[in-house]
Amino acid sequence: MILGIDVGGTHTDAVLLENFKVKKKTKVPTNQLHLVSSLIGVMDEILRDEDAAAIERVVFSTTLSTNAIVQGKIDRVGMLVASGPGLAPEALRVNDDTRFVAGYMSNRGIEVAPVKKGEIAAAAAELKGAGIGHLGVVGKFSTRNPAHENEIGEVARGDFRHVSLGHRMSGNLNFRRRIATTYLNASIFDLYSRFVGEILEFAARTGLKAPIYILKADGGTFEIRQSADQPVQTILSGPAASVMGIMSLADCSGSDAIAMDMGGTTTDIALLADGVPLLEPLGVTIEGHKTLIRGLKTRSIGLGGDSRVRVDKGELCIGPRREGPAAAFGGPFPTPTDAMIVLGLTEIGDRAKAEEAVAEIAGKMNTTVPEAARLIFEKACQVVASAVSAMIEEINNKPVYTIHELLEGKKLAPARLFIVGGPAAAVAPRLGEILGCQVVIPQDAEVANAFGAALARTTAEVTMLAETERGSLTIAEEGLQMKIPNHFTRKDILRIGMEKLRERARKLGAREADIEVEIVEDQEFNMVRGFYTTGKNIRLKAQIKPGLIARFGKGGERS
Amino acid sequence: MKGLKKTGLIFFPAFDWAISPTHPEREERLLYTQDQVFEEGLLDFENIVEYKPGLATIEDINRIHICVPDAKSVITESHLISAGGAITAAEKVLAGEVDNAFALVRPPGHHAMRVVHGARGFCNINIEAVMIEHFRRKYGHKRVAVIDTDCHHGDGTQDIYWHDPDTLYISIHQDGRTLYPGSGFPDEFGGPNALGTTINVPLPPETSDEGFLYVLEELILPIIGEFKPDLVINSAGQDNHYTDPITNMRFSAQGYARLNELLNPHIAVLEGGYSIEGALPYVNVGIILAMAGLDYSHVREPDFNPESLRQSGEITKYIRETTKDILDLWKKRESFKAGIVKGAKYARRNRNIYYDTDGIREQQEETVRICDDCGGFIAIDSMASTGNRIFAVIIPSRSCDLCRLEGERAFASINKAKLGAHYLFFQDRDRDVFVVK
Repeated sequence: MILGIDVGGTHTDAVLLENFKVKKKTKVPTNQLHLVSSLIGVMDEILRDEDAAAIERVVFSTTLSTNAIVQGKIDRVGMLVASGPGLAPEALRVNDDTRFVAGYMSNRGIEVAPVKKGEIAAAAAELKGAGIGHLGVVGKFSTRNPAHENEIGEVARGDFRHVSLGHRMSGNLNFRRRIATTYLNASIFDLYSRFVGEILEFAARTGLKAPIYILKADGGTFEIRQSADQPVQTILSGPAASVMGIMSLADCSGSDAIAMDMGGTTTDIALLADGVPLLEPLGVTIEGHKTLIRGLKTRSIGLGGDSRVRVDKGELCIGPRREGPAAAFGGPFPTPTDAMIVLGLTEIGDRAKAEEAVAEIAGKMNTTVPEAARLIFEKACQVVASAVSAMIEEINNKPVYTIHELLEGKKLAPARLFIVGGPAAAVAPRLGEILGCQVVIPQDAEVANAFGAALARTTAEVTMLAETERGSLTIAEEGLQMKIPNHFTRKDILRIGMEKLRERARKLGAREADIEVEIVEDQEFNMVRGFYTTGKNIRLKAQIKPGLIARFGKGGERS
Repeated sequence: MKGLKKTGLIFFPAFDWAISPTHPEREERLLYTQDQVFEEGLLDFENIVEYKPGLATIEDINRIHICVPDAKSVITESHLISAGGAITAAEKVLAGEVDNAFALVRPPGHHAMRVVHGARGFCNINIEAVMIEHFRRKYGHKRVAVIDTDCHHGDGTQDIYWHDPDTLYISIHQDGRTLYPGSGFPDEFGGPNALGTTINVPLPPETSDEGFLYVLEELILPIIGEFKPDLVINSAGQDNHYTDPITNMRFSAQGYARLNELLNPHIAVLEGGYSIEGALPYVNVGIILAMAGLDYSHVREPDFNPESLRQSGEITKYIRETTKDILDLWKKRESFKAGIVKGAKYARRNRNIYYDTDGIREQQEETVRICDDCGGFIAIDSMASTGNRIFAVIIPSRSCDLCRLEGERAFASINKAKLGAHYLFFQDRDRDVFVVK
């Protein structure tokens, strides 16, 4: 059996799957002050009368990290940043406790200026003296050569409870994002460690032997002990759970698709290219921090079933605020849900109250109640549809850097719309019409997030950079620098990289059957000195893409 | 932060295109620049926006070039993209989406002349000229200043705008006696109808930041101030850099950034620059920061050493004198026409043009009608070592009635067979007409 749990803002949902079918589901209110107690509470409830030893896998999606960052309940962090030339240091400062230190790697990962141990020791002592327990260490181009970060970390380590190193966060280039990501990682390290400790303690107490996984922002999972070092990977996993949920409830492969979750307050939109959710190219943004955290590309718009509808200077406005439930459920203002009730698209709530609320709008717009309801409904659908179109357009206009991609690049063209959430059934036909998509409303949608978390596979990526002239190979995420023979080719590099990716995936908790690797970047350049080619510059990136665990989905056991 | 500007960036490194595998104009030319721009996170700044390049069309090329036998056979897709990238940059500026824009695209274009039999100096079509005529067509006629800061004289751009009084072309470059293409001397001063709208400033080898910025502040900025262009374009070569493998100058990333801050171009378009590791990453970061009004004072090359890059006192003195001579020439520009024309109705240039990249030789006779009301209609008779002979008539932008009438008559009266011409071309800017016979 598999247990999936989604800790949402309001509710914590749990779903117990047997042979990939829902055996049990439950819902408890989320205790925002102590998320672990909600988790443990819901687990206690769902595992009552179940044999804990029969559980094969447990997956959590939790808002712990996101909430801590959004609410500013984070630890003070000292940052040692080896900035080198380029942007002015002030453009790199992430907090008052940032200290800029010597040390500079070139874009090829060659040392230009060494670190100064004395300077680091002094800065570390000063930060420690200020009562700071956590340190982030980031160097420019550290993904090309992590030596300076490692060296700084070694010198400073003794003074701090934990040191977060920049190159471990992501293999991508972007110094400012690396600084922000490392900072956030360090700032929630203690909080997250405590959470991991409490969960492991609960598992030990209840005899739960199954591996426990945590959902990441990219819709992938990693084993809970492995996650302790990288809590920042768990931010913004909520939207990811929702997308994975849709993928687990309906077969999304075969064409491009839109995945939509329309709730009371917001509508979340994601896009799937032939069944695979699209990722943010660089990383997700949280509380103004642009990070390097791989995350699903989602857009949230402030329009849901309970959004307040009003008339402003003759113009119909919907959202972004939710002032309470729909009028039909005793709420204070008219909402799209009330319009849907008036139009007979749904039979929930008190129809008389809905009509009364919509009548207020009809009065202001000088029209009949049914016409006002139609206008509200149409406007809501148009706003959502245009947000979807804008997102598709943005993706299709993403800059590319080769002639081949520019001229022959694939364009995203969704043919299906998967929609979940309260108003899904009511809005689906019209949205499908506007967007020119076939509409699918998956079953069991109320537990989609927990379902999605339960079945999400472990993801991982590795970024390889080889220079055959120097005989060097770097795998950023692993902090690996190795010597290679000059005659190595792209194929040799790929072989090593793939092996490292598999190793990494296994370490993060992937089952052998779920390690499905793909190459996402593949470039090879001549390095020329004078007019002679002296070697190759080979750049590869491979990943295990977000998806569902094996034996599920297309060709799986699920009927 | 003083004066943040919204800057458009069109980055197209064409990682799958090269002239040949070890040619300086090859796949990885912008690879390390990409690394540096990405690592510095420049695209995350709210005021820096990246755009995908559009594609220039054959019509865009035919608006400015006479390609032999036709545009399709002298270009590859990469040229349509690099010219398209320049056009996108201009579009974003003219549509008011951004304050300025930088087309960081390849391959370059400033050695491509009006008539194109093949590639010269790594250039097939003149991407700035294609851009300028595109936006003039779309947004109405504009006075344009092209400041060519490439280390090589932009003989192609000079040729195209030689007779155009509404396009100021100023080139600063390493002295033609010491570098390809060997032209670009102060006496190359524009055709008889456009005297002074071509300005050449040859600089001695080993000129450093000090010399470049002196010429900018003492010569270029005052001339731009008098010319009053609607748009300033930096034809932004990066081969004046002290690490460039095929030139001998001492310009630095700091110098390039400062130059762009002072010049304040609406549009910058990458031209040459082949120090792909030592210069381009830092020069481009410097230019982007400067254009966006961000602090570039910490940008420097790994091996930057201002002491070793200082220019000699002799060079400083020479540049001061050159600057003064050219300024004097500029001030007296309107007084030369009568002496040059000597009452003639037409002026004629005979040139031998060498296409080094493709190994083609061209013999060209260009005739322009002397005119006080427009740039003058142009007739070209060109023969290339490929065996092609062409005859072309060009009616300039904002043509006067007489030039139009004479040009149309000239085209109508050409006897293709008698001249032994393979193709006859008629190009009319104002009416956007291009005819091949």
